Amino acid sequence: MTIFSERLQSHLGRTPERVAVYLQHSGQPDLPIPYHQLLRGANAYARTFAREKLQPGEVVILILQHGENLVYSFWGAVLHGAIPSIMPFLTEKLSPERYRADLAALISVTKPAAVVTYPEFEAEVRGALKDGDSVRAVIVTNKLEPQADPDFNMLAGMKRSENDIALLQHSSGTTGLQKGVALSHRAVFNQLDAYSQALNLNNGDVIVSWLPLYHDMGLIAGFLMPILSGVPLVLSSPFDWVRAPYKLMQSISQYKGTLSWLPNFAYNFCAQKIRDRSLEGMDLSSWRAVINCSEPVRWESHHAFHERFKSYGLKLEALQCSYAMAENVFGVTQTDLSRPPKVEEIDRESFMTERVARPPANGRPAMKMMSSGKPLSNTRIRILDEHGKDVRDGKIGEIALQSDCMLTGYYNRPDATEKALHDGWYLTGDYGYISEGEVFVSGRKKDMIIVGGKNVYPQDLESLTYEVPGVHAGRSVAFGIFNDEAGTEDVVIIAEVDSEDSLEHEKVADLIRQHVTKNSAIALRHVKVVGPKWILKTSSGKTARSANKEKFLKELELQG
Amino acid sequence: MAESIMIVLADYVSVKILKQPNRKIRPEEAIISSGLIDSFSLVDLALFVEDTFGVRIDDSELNAQTFDNLTQLASIIQTRQKK
Repeated sequence: MTIFSERLQSHLGRTPERVAVYLQHSGQPDLPIPYHQLLRGANAYARTFAREKLQPGEVVILILQHGENLVYSFWGAVLHGAIPSIMPFLTEKLSPERYRADLAALISVTKPAAVVTYPEFEAEVRGALKDGDSVRAVIVTNKLEPQADPDFNMLAGMKRSENDIALLQHSSGTTGLQKGVALSHRAVFNQLDAYSQALNLNNGDVIVSWLPLYHDMGLIAGFLMPILSGVPLVLSSPFDWVRAPYKLMQSISQYKGTLSWLPNFAYNFCAQKIRDRSLEGMDLSSWRAVINCSEPVRWESHHAFHERFKSYGLKLEALQCSYAMAENVFGVTQTDLSRPPKVEEIDRESFMTERVARPPANGRPAMKMMSSGKPLSNTRIRILDEHGKDVRDGKIGEIALQSDCMLTGYYNRPDATEKALHDGWYLTGDYGYISEGEVFVSGRKKDMIIVGGKNVYPQDLESLTYEVPGVHAGRSVAFGIFNDEAGTEDVVIIAEVDSEDSLEHEKVADLIRQHVTKNSAIALRHVKVVGPKWILKTSSGKTARSANKEKFLKELELQG
Repeated sequence: MAESIMIVLADYVSVKILKQPNRKIRPEEAIISSGLIDSFSLVDLALFVEDTFGVRIDDSELNAQTFDNLTQLASIIQTRQKK
């Protein structure tokens, strides 16, 4: 067993010139960062943390955009023995007031000793601080100690134990109290061992990623795994990718990339929004796995992606799936990279009414389910019914897991930890079934909406809607509807107002759209403002989300 | 000329992006910085402009600094059409 700092020291000793990260920025040449430079940059931060009297084992929050500072500050915290946690940066979509409130809530739970940010953003961060809170230093990127080669004998990060917490990964809730998943050095390395084995990760691999580092998929698969394993990483940002999705293909072709991870919607997005002229001369034959993860996986999305890019050398078996979550560090399952994921046709009605996956009886409507693969070698899976009893293969139940790479706990949230773990098993809140040893994920226990890989709780969006003038509390409903074209869910908000006037409805719809987006950073596809008594309630007066969703879909169908 | 471009753009934004056909997009109304159009839809807008008006909007131009309302976007389109 080892710890992060020891692993970095070993890469520096053996391959100082090997490039750890090629950092990409739109409109600039790529920046190669070899291990010796990675450690010099990180050491500047380690020394700055020491100067600011940050203690090993204390949390430091990183509020930085894609770039060198984010990379160096993360590994600098590691070298210093502190616990780094990356928080999303404020975007133009989100209101600064909401961002400040979220940051203050995070600080009150996580109790970080320091925050790292840009000088331009310092005032924003200080706005979220209170007298007597845990933050002793706001460290700005232009007041760092100079870069220098690290002296490993002096680094506090070398004295951590493998059971110490290595990092926190904050779950992507929309608002309210956030849960920081605390992961030990041991858990991370156990995950990397098991996951690398499933991928057959090797010296010839090159990982290409644009995923954000505040999310487990980007942080583990697209940052920690390559850097700790000595596999080169080509890293760009989600902001650049969403405006120029062809750049992913360009990087694969240029660097002979072999592995990438994408949420399901990105397969559709790439298949639909890239021009032929942007793909001229591209060679995607080096891509041995594009792994679909963090949203429900759809065969249709893989099919569209393959059809679009096969003439550029993309292999069919490159399209793969994984089921993953921060609570298991990352991967829970992985499909076999030597062949395309298994796709099962199951009877739609049996699935809906009996909660069982079985082949369609002659001619009855079927649906396609794509496998997420077998559990990793260190992870065991059970499917449980509502009484916590194991169900037989093919029967749908809640997925529970146990492994040697589970979270230590939700940081400073023993209540949440206790709720999630039962006799050493983590209850995922996802529904699925097992067929021939492979896991098929079929849905969520809670009314959660997953849009573009981001988890959204409808009650958060409804609460925001009530803040809009004209909408009364309890008279709004939010839900997701699957958009086949986009390969992800669209967010729908319905709100009742007293007026039946359609002009008034448009006005309120606008206000809702702006207010909800500004306070959640979630774009709304459908905002429907209606007159009194549209929204269906249960007999106890609660809003019935599924009934309202059906009503909405029916009306949408009638409109054509 | 700019007028007719703006009518086409406003129609695309309200019908295709916002899915609120009755929603009027004012010529000076902020569409990006206000969060009205998210980054996913920006690419669609750029592809639409290219297909409809035969001018290219580079991916580095898809931000509120380059254009944030329909007047500004229409003026970019007109300038490029003249070249």
